[in-house]
Amino acid sequence: MSRRLEGALSSTWIVVAIVGAGTIACKAAGPVLLGGRSLPPQLAGIVDMLAPALLAALVVTQAVGADRKLVFDERLLGLAAAVVAIRLRAPLLVIIVAAAGVTALARLL
Amino acid sequence: MGALASVVMSATTFAGSAQFAAVSVLSAAGSVGAAATAAILLNARYVPIGISVASVLRGGPLRRLLEAQLVVDESWAFARRRDGSFDRGVLIGAGLVLYTCWLVGTAAGALGGEALGDPDSLGLDGAFAALFLALLVLQVNSRRGLAAALLGGTIAFVLVPFTAPGVPIIAATAGCLVGWRAR
Repeated sequence: MSRRLEGALSSTWIVVAIVGAGTIACKAAGPVLLGGRSLPPQLAGIVDMLAPALLAALVVTQAVGADRKLVFDERLLGLAAAVVAIRLRAPLLVIIVAAAGVTALARLL
Repeated sequence: MGALASVVMSATTFAGSAQFAAVSVLSAAGSVGAAATAAILLNARYVPIGISVASVLRGGPLRRLLEAQLVVDESWAFARRRDGSFDRGVLIGAGLVLYTCWLVGTAAGALGGEALGDPDSLGLDGAFAALFLALLVLQVNSRRGLAAALLGGTIAFVLVPFTAPGVPIIAATAGCLVGWRAR
């Protein structure tokens, strides 16, 4: 048993180490390699569009994403509440609380 | 996963989705390789995100490396101005606040999380899409931006059933190609 436990512990630490190093490298690559230089204009135009493309993908994966499948559940009702709150120009915190509240409520019912 | 490993992971891998992915693969008896790959694929988006903020970070390579660690989806999205530039103060400030909360929250959850019950019952999973949607609405201020968002969202939607978590988000960055300006 103790050997299995050791195996589990060390594989956890290996993943922590690899993922930590990989994440630090991903985040630092641009800022360290580019220094303070800015990008040429054509590339800057593309980088400007990263935010909308990435945020839309995050909305989709958070709202209906699961492990290799689409799941349409209470999260969508929360998102609908968020749409209403956004249209009413509610502050960010209200939007988030509304979405969480409606998701939780729908799950209770 | 032990409390110490959780906190060390939050300190070094400051990116929740990748941490959740790695832990869920490991707890489903997945291999070390599968867990690490899923997490790093999820975080590959920080390469282009890092490039976008490179010009507002300061100092030599080491300081830039450390400042870059404070960049997460939320601090990055909050710091982005409507004209596409970045507010350095917001980026670093929000990053520091989020980092502190994340570490404290991880420690609290690791030590006393059982008492809280299932976070899904609080609807927290439904709140993330709302956060990103609210931030998206702030970012889309041109037809080109709308096109990038629609393209990115569609790519992610189509790929979710067929690829490992993280891949749809990376692939969706292709939506930014609508920003190419021919001279």
